Amino acid sequence: MEVPVLKQGPFLIATVQAALTDEDLVHLRRAMVERVVISRSLGVIIDVTAMDIMDSFASRTLREIAQMIRLRGAETIIVGIQPEVAFAMVQLGITLEGVVTALDLEEGLNYLKQKFNSSA
Amino acid sequence: MAKETDRLGRGTVWHEALVQDASPEGTAVLLRELVAHLRQNRTQLREEWARRITEAKLLTAMSKDEIFAEATAVYDQYVEALETGTFEALQAYARSLSERIIPRGVETHEVVGIVLLLRDVLARSLFAKYQADFTKLDRILDAYEPAANRIANTVAVGFVQERERVIRQQQEAIRELSTPVLQVRERLLILPIIGVIDSHRARQLTEQLLRGIRTNRAKVVVIDITGVAAMDATVANHLVQTVEASRLLGATVIVTGLSPEIAQTLVTIGVDLGKMNTVGDLQGGIEQAERLLGYKVVPIGASS
Repeated sequence: MEVPVLKQGPFLIATVQAALTDEDLVHLRRAMVERVVISRSLGVIIDVTAMDIMDSFASRTLREIAQMIRLRGAETIIVGIQPEVAFAMVQLGITLEGVVTALDLEEGLNYLKQKFNSSA
Repeated sequence: MAKETDRLGRGTVWHEALVQDASPEGTAVLLRELVAHLRQNRTQLREEWARRITEAKLLTAMSKDEIFAEATAVYDQYVEALETGTFEALQAYARSLSERIIPRGVETHEVVGIVLLLRDVLARSLFAKYQADFTKLDRILDAYEPAANRIANTVAVGFVQERERVIRQQQEAIRELSTPVLQVRERLLILPIIGVIDSHRARQLTEQLLRGIRTNRAKVVVIDITGVAAMDATVANHLVQTVEASRLLGATVIVTGLSPEIAQTLVTIGVDLGKMNTVGDLQGGIEQAERLLGYKVVPIGASS
């Protein structure tokens, strides 16, 4: 399943639609980095509002995406984790360590704009 | 009466060839006689009982009239239970009585005490009535005692069960009261926790907080645990999880008011203190939260 990625100025917004298979996640990882390179983006928002499960593979893949994008000099932020998903994650010890998170798309954009402005 | 001689034909052993009539019919007859006696003497036995209750300084939370009214009801229920041998009506009465008197502050020992006093008053009246015929008294008591014990048991257990039900209800109410999530500034929530936290409450707290973060779009949460004396390792882990889950929703958590005991627990279980943002007291926590959110508090009319 292809994850739609939109461009918003210097930023990219990837909106996860529903439950992603492991294959989808691997595909997303490659696609995101390629898009960052092509668009010369400064930041990426991955919106997981529609994800009702976050398992350890998904968490690891998202961390890898953030690390790979950082190597391209860009920032990644995960937004839209639902309360029930967050609760389940911490109980299983899945923490998305080292990845910036925010409540929703609006907060994610605010974060990136602030970061972008302060380093300008 | 039969006269018997022993094997060697010596002496006479007199004893009554009275077969201990332990048959159910025999017991039933005796119980009927007993119940009739208790009904006939209802007025004075009830008064005697009420007098002894006052003498023993029981049911001090109730007025004399109230004691008399309840005593009448209990007496009649008691005799009824003796008569019918069934205890459902008595159980129902015991529960309804308990519901009435528990809010008045009547204690378990008082309820057990008055039922035992009634047992004594009735037993004494039986001694008085059958004192001439010890054998009959013996049989009457055989019929009376198991029933009387069962009655005392039913009433006491009914009372205790009602008390336990009230306590459970109160615990539930306290639980619901004690976890409000409060917004004190735009994007700033406070969660003041008071009392004992167990795993169940900790889970409830976390769910409530996460929902509150989403609803209020909070960026900072101050969890104040001044009102929590101690927590075990399991609950401490729940607290850490709450902090982590809040972060996943983009909110920073500041924990304030840790007691020395709790500080010890956290260090002992090896919590990664780098992950835990803590400040001494609630005031300090709110001040830091305001800084994080970009607020500055200045007195009105301060010189510019």
